[in-house]
This record gives sequence, C-alpha cells and structure tokens, in this order.
Amino acid sequence: MPEKSPFFRQFRTAREFVTIVHDNVHVMNQITINTSYTPLVSWQRLMAGSAGPVTVMVIILIVIWYIAVIFMNTPWQIDKFKRAHQQWTTWELVQGTMQQRRPVIPAPHQVLVELYKTVVQKNVTSRRSLVYHSAVTLSSTLLGFLTGGLLGIFLAVGIVHVKSLDKSLMPWIIASQTIPILAIAPMVIVVLGAIGLKGLIPKSIISMYLCFFPVAISMVKGLRSPDPLQLDLMRTFSASKSQVFFKLRWQSALPYLFTSLKVSVAISLVGAIVAELPTGAQAGLGSRLLAGSYYGQTVQIWAALVAASVLAAGLVSLIGVVERVVFKRMGAH
Amino acid sequence: MKKSASKQLSLATTAMDGASTGFAGATNRSAPVLGQPPRMFLGLGRGLLLLGMVLVAAGYSLVYLHQHPGAVAIGFWLSVLLFWAMTWIGINAVAEFETLHKNLQRLIDVLVPLCFGMWILYLWEVITVGFGVPKVLLPAPSDIALRLVSSLDILRKDFYQTFAKAVLSGYIMGCGAGFLTAILADRFDFLRRGLLPLGNLVSALPIIGVAPIMVMWFGFDWQSKAAVVVIMTFFPMLINTVTGLNAVATMERDLMYSYGASYNQTLLKLRLPTALPFLFDALKINSTLAMIGAIVAEFFGTPIVGMGFRISTEVGRMNIDMVWAEIVVAALAGSAFYGITALLERYFTFWHPAQRH
Repeated sequence: MPEKSPFFRQFRTAREFVTIVHDNVHVMNQITINTSYTPLVSWQRLMAGSAGPVTVMVIILIVIWYIAVIFMNTPWQIDKFKRAHQQWTTWELVQGTMQQRRPVIPAPHQVLVELYKTVVQKNVTSRRSLVYHSAVTLSSTLLGFLTGGLLGIFLAVGIVHVKSLDKSLMPWIIASQTIPILAIAPMVIVVLGAIGLKGLIPKSIISMYLCFFPVAISMVKGLRSPDPLQLDLMRTFSASKSQVFFKLRWQSALPYLFTSLKVSVAISLVGAIVAELPTGAQAGLGSRLLAGSYYGQTVQIWAALVAASVLAAGLVSLIGVVERVVFKRMGAH
Repeated sequence: MKKSASKQLSLATTAMDGASTGFAGATNRSAPVLGQPPRMFLGLGRGLLLLGMVLVAAGYSLVYLHQHPGAVAIGFWLSVLLFWAMTWIGINAVAEFETLHKNLQRLIDVLVPLCFGMWILYLWEVITVGFGVPKVLLPAPSDIALRLVSSLDILRKDFYQTFAKAVLSGYIMGCGAGFLTAILADRFDFLRRGLLPLGNLVSALPIIGVAPIMVMWFGFDWQSKAAVVVIMTFFPMLINTVTGLNAVATMERDLMYSYGASYNQTLLKLRLPTALPFLFDALKINSTLAMIGAIVAEFFGTPIVGMGFRISTEVGRMNIDMVWAEIVVAALAGSAFYGITALLERYFTFWHPAQRH
C-alpha cells in the first residue's frame, strides 16, 4: 500500500473520503461559485457593459468641450489683453478663456456654477431662480400633456369604434404628422392673448395640440392590436362591446400607450418652451432662452438648456417608472 | 411600419366581421358584378348622391353668404344644419362601402377624408363670415386663399430661404453625419455601446433650445438654421441606422460568414439593404423635424426673409391671414417633403413586406 499523503491520513478509508466529499460537494460548489463571482476589477470587465463606454464617451465629450472653449474664446480674450495693453502668457490666455462673462461658448464648470447660483442660492419664488422658471414651464407642460393625452385616447376610442370617423378623420391625423405644427404656436399665443387668455392656458393648448397626435395614432394601433383569435374568444363569451374594450382592447393597448406617452411628454415640453417665445420673455425656460439670446448671456442660455434637458429626462424616466409599475401589477416579469 | 400595421389592422377588422361578410359573400355568389351584394352599391350610390347634393347646395349657400355677409337669417343656419346631417349620413354610407376592387377601394379611401376636409373648410368659412368673426382672430379660408395668391412672391422668397437653403442643406448634412457615425459605431463596438445610450437620451431632449446658441455662433442667415437642423436630424438617423444594421438575422449573417465574406462585403450586400427600411423611417421623421427646427430657429433672429420670420412678424402686426398663408405653404412643403421621401422608400425597399400590397 502506497504511503498516504497528510491530507488523506485524516480519513480512515477511501470510502469515508468519498462519502464526505459527496456530502459536502454542494458546499464546495458554493465556494467555487462564490470565488468565481468575486468582482474582478479589470479594464475589460469595466468596459463590458454600456456604463463604462458611456462614461468614457462623456469624458471625451467634456474634453472636446474644453478644447472648443479654449479655441473659440481665444480671439476675444486676445482682444481684451490688447485693449488693456497687457502682456500675456499662454497659460493666462487659457485661463482667461474660461472666465469670460459672455463667452462664445461657456466652459462646463461655468454652466455648473451658474446652475448652482440660480438653483440653490436663489429663493425659489425669485424671478432669477431657475427653479421658478422651470416650474412655470413644467406646469404648462404637464397640463398640456394630461389634456392632450386624454384627448388622444378619447379620439382613438372613437376612431376604433366608429367606422366613418376612422375613414374620414384618421387620414387627416396621419397627414398632420408631416406638417410643422409648431409653426402655429406664435399665432395661437397672440390670438388667444387678444381675446384675454394669457399665461398658462394658451401655452398648454399648444402642448396639448402637439401631444394628442402621437397618442391618438398609437392608441388606434394599440386598441386594434388584439389578434382575431382573442376577439373571437370574447365573441364566444358573448362579451359586450364595453367588456371587449375594458378586458381585452385596453390591456393590449397599454404598451403602445406608454411608448407614445414618452414621445408626447418630450414634445409637450418642446411645445411649452416654444410657446414662451412670442410673449416676449416673461417667465419660463423659453423666455430665459430668448432673454439670454437678446442680451448675449450665453451662460444663462446654457443653464436654461441644461435645466430643460434635466426636466425632459426626468419626465420621460418618470413615465418609464409608471410603465414598469403598471406592467408588474399586470403580471409582467 | 405604419403601412404594415394598418394592413394588419384592416385584416384584423375584416377577420372580426369575417363571419358576416363571408356569409354574405356566399349567398351572393350568383351576383355577377364584382361579387358584391347589390344593396351595398345602393348604399354607396345613395351616399354619393347625398354628398353631391350637399356640394351643389353648399356652393350656392356660399355665394349667397358672400352677397349678404353678416346679415343671414335663421333659415340659412337651419339649412347649414341640414347640410351637416346630409354630409354625416353621406360620409357614413360611403365609408361603410367595402370592395375587393383595389382601385375603387383606393378611390373611396381618398374620397371620404376629402369630403370630410371640405366640410370642415365649409363650416369654417360659413361660421367666420356668417358671424362676422374679426379677421385678427380667425380669417375665413377665402381670405387666406386670396392672401396666398396675392403674396405669392413673398411666399416664394420665404420658402426659398427657409426650405431650399436651411432645411435641405441641414437635412443632408445631419442625416449624412448621423449615417457615417452609425457606420463608425458599427465598426467599433465600443463606440456603439458608448454612443447609443447617449443618442437615446439626447433624442428625448428639447434640442430646439440650441437655436439661440447657433444663431450666436453662425449669424442670422440660413447657416445657423441649418446648424440647428443638423443637430436635430443627427440623432434619429444615428439610432435608426445602428438599430437597422443590427436587425440582420443570425442565419443570414452565418451564410455570409460561410461564404467567407469580408466585413465590407457583408455590410454592403446584406446589412445595409436590411437597414434600409430603418434608414427611411429616420429620413421621414427627420423631414418633419428639419422643418420645425428651421422655422423655430428663425424666431430667434433672421434676415428679413424666411417662413419663421414672416410668421413671427406678421403675428406681431396682426396680419393673421398672412400667417395662415405661410402655414399653408409650410404644410404643403412638409407633406411634399415627406411624400417624396416615402416614394423613394417605396422605390428602394420594394422587396420589404410593408411595401408589397
């Protein structure tokens, strides 16, 4: 019999070793699994998903932005030095391009500082607060979105159930997608202003008008998405029209509804911003853009742009959250 | 996509009524004409007759209205209500008609919305003229048409400035740049994973807000508007092209691999053709976006010509009929732009199921 190694000496027989190993194999598996899943920080692992590449892209974009700042703001900076009869080094020039009050393109940190000043440091009710202007735009966006969405849904229900509406109205709704509807915004604002409607309502009418087309079109698609077999089944149950609607059509239309809601909340915001232009810079993100463009306040324009983007991203992801909750409650995995 | 969906929809509805139509078809097999039950033709004829009567009567009422503007009696409004009822019944009757004859059905499908549109225009005209609605609120269609014809020269200049210069150049540059970036992103997977989420995010943002910045950078003329259009059209094109290039089925890709095809060959012979429907979707979306971008960018400052400029200044002067004329031109241009893109799509992707019907 060959000499046993120290490891095997603790077992009396080979059979005992096998039993013990057999009994503990799941523990061992566990151990191997655990070790293999320990986070391994390597470049490849970081760049495997999309979070890593996106971060790299954002960093690259910011670097490009800074380079653009240096090159685009340089002429004015040199001019400034010359006017002051001042000697300047390259480093001073680069520093100067990032500290101008009205730069051709502001540096990212200037925009951040402006955002900090107008969001955190100002009172929310102040006219200089970006939160105040965002809230003005947000209120008309939401009002327009809600009314436009409801209108679109009702119209879609009508189109699905009334054949002559389908034949006569639907082609016009589809055709109106191809025309630049936003062009009528100034007229709507001014005309409604002439009959005494000002402020929130006219702006939200434009948002509503923009919102209801995508919702109506996708809801018509969605309400018709149940396949003939399912409709036949409802028929064999002798379901009434309203039962078919609430138990089959509405459920099948929900995915279409949420997709269109995401589109329409984004354009609702665009509508609200554009609607704020013709009234001439009173309140709202659109007026911040316009005022910034009148007075050459580029940092203010960029800050308003960032605020609008945050608003849009927030609204769209909010609808995404609602969508996920609704689908979870409906039994999706 | 839209077409295939609507086709499916119509299939679904016909299947829904399948029992009844199938039955009717079976009983009327002896009917010689088109296999249609004759009473359906009767309905169509009745509907067309009604609509024709309304057309003549409404035309006469318009002449009467313009001879006595603002002084029409209750009888006039009652007859308008009567026309309304007749139109409703007529449109219903015509819309109910369904035939297997492709051309006849297509004619009906155009006729119904046309009648509806004409009815809305008629109502608009009658109400604005009959009640004497001030022109600064809502001009009558006839006023708009007169204004359109009388200021064709201005409209042509505006159209040239906004559409030919800003929209077209921006559209071509933006779509081209989006396409090339998508090809690059396809070649380097890292770029794709980094750019696509960003592109998706950006396409939900109010990009139109960059308009004042572009006006500052590129001046008041069309270049700044083209720049806005470039930015607006870039992202839809990028996203759709990347999606389209990845829409190839594994089997087809394997086949190309087994042929020993190079990357370029696979791209040119398999993946780009597969991506064409996605490309055209982006081109169609962008045709509308480009118009919006150029017109709205003009609200931030232009030389004294251009559709957006005209709209904002004429609104200020309360020449609302001129604004409407400009909107009519914008609508026509937008629809024509979209329509031409759709025709090109039909020409280049004739093999796609959505186009074969």
